Amino acid sequence: MNSFMFKVEKFLDIFIDKGGYKEVLIGLQNTMIIAVAGLLIGIVIGTLIATVRVMPKYKRVVRVLDKFCSFYVALFRGTPMVVQLLVFYYVMLPLIGIKMSSVLVAITVFGLNSGAYISEIMRGGILSVDPGQMEGGRSVGLSYGTTMMKIVIPQAVKNILPTMGNEFITLIKETSIVSFVGAKDLYLAFQSIGSGTYEYMVPYLVMAIIYIVIVCLIALLIKVMERRLRKSDRGR
Amino acid sequence: MIEVVNLCKSFGDNEVLKNITTTIKKGEKVVVIGPSGSGKSTFLRCLNCMEDPTSGSIIFGGENIADPKVNINIHRQKMGMVFQHFNLFNNKTVIENIMMAPVYVGIKNLRKQKKNPDYTGPATKKEVKQQAYDKAIELLKRIGLEDKADAYPSSLSGGQKQRVAIVRSLAMDPDVILFDEPTSALDPEMVGEVLELMKDLADQGMTMVVVTHEMGFAREVGTRIMFMDEGRFVEEGTPEVFFSNPQSERAVEFLSKVL
Repeated sequence: MNSFMFKVEKFLDIFIDKGGYKEVLIGLQNTMIIAVAGLLIGIVIGTLIATVRVMPKYKRVVRVLDKFCSFYVALFRGTPMVVQLLVFYYVMLPLIGIKMSSVLVAITVFGLNSGAYISEIMRGGILSVDPGQMEGGRSVGLSYGTTMMKIVIPQAVKNILPTMGNEFITLIKETSIVSFVGAKDLYLAFQSIGSGTYEYMVPYLVMAIIYIVIVCLIALLIKVMERRLRKSDRGR
Repeated sequence: MIEVVNLCKSFGDNEVLKNITTTIKKGEKVVVIGPSGSGKSTFLRCLNCMEDPTSGSIIFGGENIADPKVNINIHRQKMGMVFQHFNLFNNKTVIENIMMAPVYVGIKNLRKQKKNPDYTGPATKKEVKQQAYDKAIELLKRIGLEDKADAYPSSLSGGQKQRVAIVRSLAMDPDVILFDEPTSALDPEMVGEVLELMKDLADQGMTMVVVTHEMGFAREVGTRIMFMDEGRFVEEGTPEVFFSNPQSERAVEFLSKVL
């Protein structure tokens, strides 16, 4: 026990007195930026893909788009995110000849990847909405797109919110792999604190606690959102 | 008003409508009756292309709306539809349900008409919304539900939902309204209030096509009864003639069961 207290003191020394917390704050910031931006991009991509995939397939354009979308989903669900990150950073970028900061790379890959997952979540959500809602909208002369965006998708979102929360939580935890391309996230911050003293026990323990706290806060946030969206379900 | 020519509809190998030709004139109240599975609902849903006809044409507003190249949305604004399960927008309040189409269409027209000097409609989005709101309140007053304007559909009774659905279709000032078994999903004691509103509309001269099992309504309000069986119109005539003196064997058999 004494040695544990000693380790805690050593950690606190580096963390507070020697300014280690600054690195952690930067790491925390990057983790949140990557996860949130990735989620937002994912929602946009996922909604577009899901809409294409549930569209009636009369037109050839739709059929071609649909094929492309299923290829996209297969590609991004079929490879680990680390591999996507590495391929994007070490293969794609040099090939195209663009320079991007590693955080930006992480955001892009997280967005593309979660887009594939969210498209399936969203598709399930759209299919869970009574087809009568679409018919109701079309019957008064609204277009397919307007009815989708204003009537069907808002109801789908309500149904899939818990699953979306899951996706967000997964993204936050997955950010711990972005150090593969050199982005400074929460994990890298604690890793470098640990490697400064060759003492990993306390830094990693604190890191785990921070992850748990973030995830719990998000779960709470989703609960509040869900309650507000359920407004129209309650009688009166 | 609506001219149906050689309308056919099949789902896979199942031929539901077989070469239907008929004309619905302005002011007519056509009641379509027949045994279940005879294609009544499919016929009605083909009229506004909710189901795409397999072949044949439907002439409405001077265009063949069965043609996929025609912008069906514009024609549906003039052809209201009321569903068995109401299909009110669950995520919108009652008043938003009614305002939805007028506001969207109004704003779209506003954008298109901006450069047209002859345009006399509302000049701003706000005016479009205000007009739609006033109209919606007026419609709600008509059915006595103005106090429910800000309620969500989930808090209404079945009869109230269906009445809101009817005035929602009225918000676009349609030339004709299609009713797809509007009272079949209602508790018996709520059927009356919905039929009352439909009768009211009929008295004001609205053109109506109604699929229903309410024979009393058909007899009282209908100007023409069309009896359907196995995808064809077997018999049609005025209610007096049809109900008292049906010609076809199938109609006689049907009426003996339902009356």
